[in-house]
Amino acid sequence: MLRKFLLTTVFASGFALAANAAEQVEVLHWWTSGGEAAALDVLKQKLESQGVTWKDMPVAGGGGEQAMTALRARVTAGDPPTAVQALGFDITDWAKQGVVGDLGDVAGKEGWDKVVPTALQNFAMYDGKWIAAPVNVHSTNWVWINKKALDAAGGKAPESWDELIAVLDKMKENGITPLAHGGQAWQDATIFDAVVLSLGTDFYKAAMIDLDPAALNSDKMKEAFDRMAKLRSYVDDNFSGRDWNLASAMVIEGKGGMQMMGDWAKGEFLKAGQKPGEDFVCIRFPGTQGAVTFNSDMFMMFKVGDANKNAQLMMASDIMSPDFQSSFNVVKGSVPARTDVPDAAFDDCGKKGMKDLAEANSSGELFGSMAHGYAAPAAVKNALYDVVTRHFNGEIDSAEAAKQLADAVAAARG
Amino acid sequence: MADVTVIVPRRASERRLAIQELIPKLVLAPSFALILLFVYGFILFTIVLSFSGSKLLPDFSTWVGFGNYQRLFAHPNWITALKNLAIFASLYIVICSALGLGLAILLDQKIRGEGALRPIYLYPMALSFIVTGVAWKWFLDPGIGLEHVMHQWGWESFSFRWIKEGKYAIYTIVIAAVWQSSGFVMAMFLAGLRGVDNEVIKAAQIDGASTFTIYRRIIIPLMRPVFLSAFVVLAHLAIKSYDLVVAMTDGGPGTATWTPALFMQKFTFGRNEMGMGASSAIIMMIMIFSIIIPYLYSELRMGRRA
Repeated sequence: MLRKFLLTTVFASGFALAANAAEQVEVLHWWTSGGEAAALDVLKQKLESQGVTWKDMPVAGGGGEQAMTALRARVTAGDPPTAVQALGFDITDWAKQGVVGDLGDVAGKEGWDKVVPTALQNFAMYDGKWIAAPVNVHSTNWVWINKKALDAAGGKAPESWDELIAVLDKMKENGITPLAHGGQAWQDATIFDAVVLSLGTDFYKAAMIDLDPAALNSDKMKEAFDRMAKLRSYVDDNFSGRDWNLASAMVIEGKGGMQMMGDWAKGEFLKAGQKPGEDFVCIRFPGTQGAVTFNSDMFMMFKVGDANKNAQLMMASDIMSPDFQSSFNVVKGSVPARTDVPDAAFDDCGKKGMKDLAEANSSGELFGSMAHGYAAPAAVKNALYDVVTRHFNGEIDSAEAAKQLADAVAAARG
Repeated sequence: MADVTVIVPRRASERRLAIQELIPKLVLAPSFALILLFVYGFILFTIVLSFSGSKLLPDFSTWVGFGNYQRLFAHPNWITALKNLAIFASLYIVICSALGLGLAILLDQKIRGEGALRPIYLYPMALSFIVTGVAWKWFLDPGIGLEHVMHQWGWESFSFRWIKEGKYAIYTIVIAAVWQSSGFVMAMFLAGLRGVDNEVIKAAQIDGASTFTIYRRIIIPLMRPVFLSAFVVLAHLAIKSYDLVVAMTDGGPGTATWTPALFMQKFTFGRNEMGMGASSAIIMMIMIFSIIIPYLYSELRMGRRA
């Protein structure tokens, strides 16, 4: 009797310990810079107020390449973190390995599938199961224009390719660098995304999402490359290797006229004390209003033991809660990953971003961004980077680029 | 009885001998095992990987034969990387050896303050390639470096923008690498020069040979082994060159400065093409072995002859 009592006590206390220890999430991410870390802290505090310990595992490095390398090691060792910041096809690739968790319990209860844009669900779900919780939506087809420089160049925000060229020409005459740009492959590809989109949403879908060889090596693609070459002529000669935030700084200081970059650039403008509409203007890349190319930061959830399952679901639920989506994205500069969040807390550019996103979602013109890994897997994306950046740096002409694009994509898929 | 007293010490000495023979083997065994596993084991692992269809993680369920190698040699970036390696390695080895030898000969003239001068030339070797790369990237950047300073000093027409031009960017990497390594090569040559027998030189001087002739006909030919060592060290540094390129250009502008090592890293970890990455690593290994093995062979043969 005594023995039985002892045994039950031991087991019970053992379970109690396990339950206490269970309230922990280990999070692998690369949000280490000031603004990003502050945004993530919102989530950390929310979880800690619910009694969940946050074990931070930051691996710095912009695109998360180092973080993914760290993840490889952890997964191969059979000890994956609870949640991992991840992008696009990387999520799908990990899901194929059969190592990701299932958020079905909380997703079904909270009705995620009704509020998350369909295009995002394609990545956050695999094989009919929720595997990731999207934190935000960045859209990449933005142009950020210095207001003074725009006023000096006529004052009207360009709405078509011809108007854009007119404004750029005028800025050149005014003696500034019309297009502030950093020569890194992903930045070149970000502009390329927008240029392809400006030639028609069907064309973007055929070339970038469906990877149709006929669209990749077509006259229209040649025209896209011609437009890239034209844009190159408005970039200063010293652009190669420049980081994107330095290009933003050029626009902020008025040395550059405009930058074509995703909405994370807004953070740089706000940090410099600038106001949307007064000091800078945000527009969609001319000819792409109504359509949106997105990338979305998601927390991909890995298979964890039963002990941590509860904390993992709690974290997923917190990420998807409307008030977190609002407060996080106000800090981060992106827009919420669900379409039912009120836009009251956002600035004008944020409001426009949310409105555009909802509109593009309902019209079916919300597309994954090729440059940011939401249109094709890493191998194809980088093959496309190679061609775009070679062409932008003048190594090959437009016809050759279109041909190489089709070849490179075919080779990377094989 | 006499027999026993003789046998016991012999047995003890035999045992001591056996232990003496065993101890070095025992001491070496752990490091030998570790090297066997972590160097040769993983070489084998990489070879196997290069024939598999591994993408994100090692995957030993799909086999593609030489498919990865075929795709590798059809890939424009790999061709660029090989061309860059040819340019970089040949210039790097030739310039480093020439500069190193020149500096060593000048320092060998029994000049005052040699003790202070030598470390100055050798010091760059103490820096990592990352530091060298970042420093030279800033120095060569037309916007903030040399060109900018020249413009500020009034030389408005000065232009040196190789690092921003695809055709020339690889040469800026040669410049930085030479700056880093020539001091080290100088130290190697200096040691070689000091090792030359003074009697030979004196004999030549008595015969009326000029200093130039002494160097050309006697000293430099005597330093053949040093040249060989310098070549092997520089060649494998060139094939492995990764950190310097990452710090200076990260493969840019465009894809102009890709090197095989950069290719390996980007494909394995960035592009989820682990099979192709492994095959590029194997090609690099073959290149390095084709330099090292003849060298080791000739060294061993010479050792045996001596």
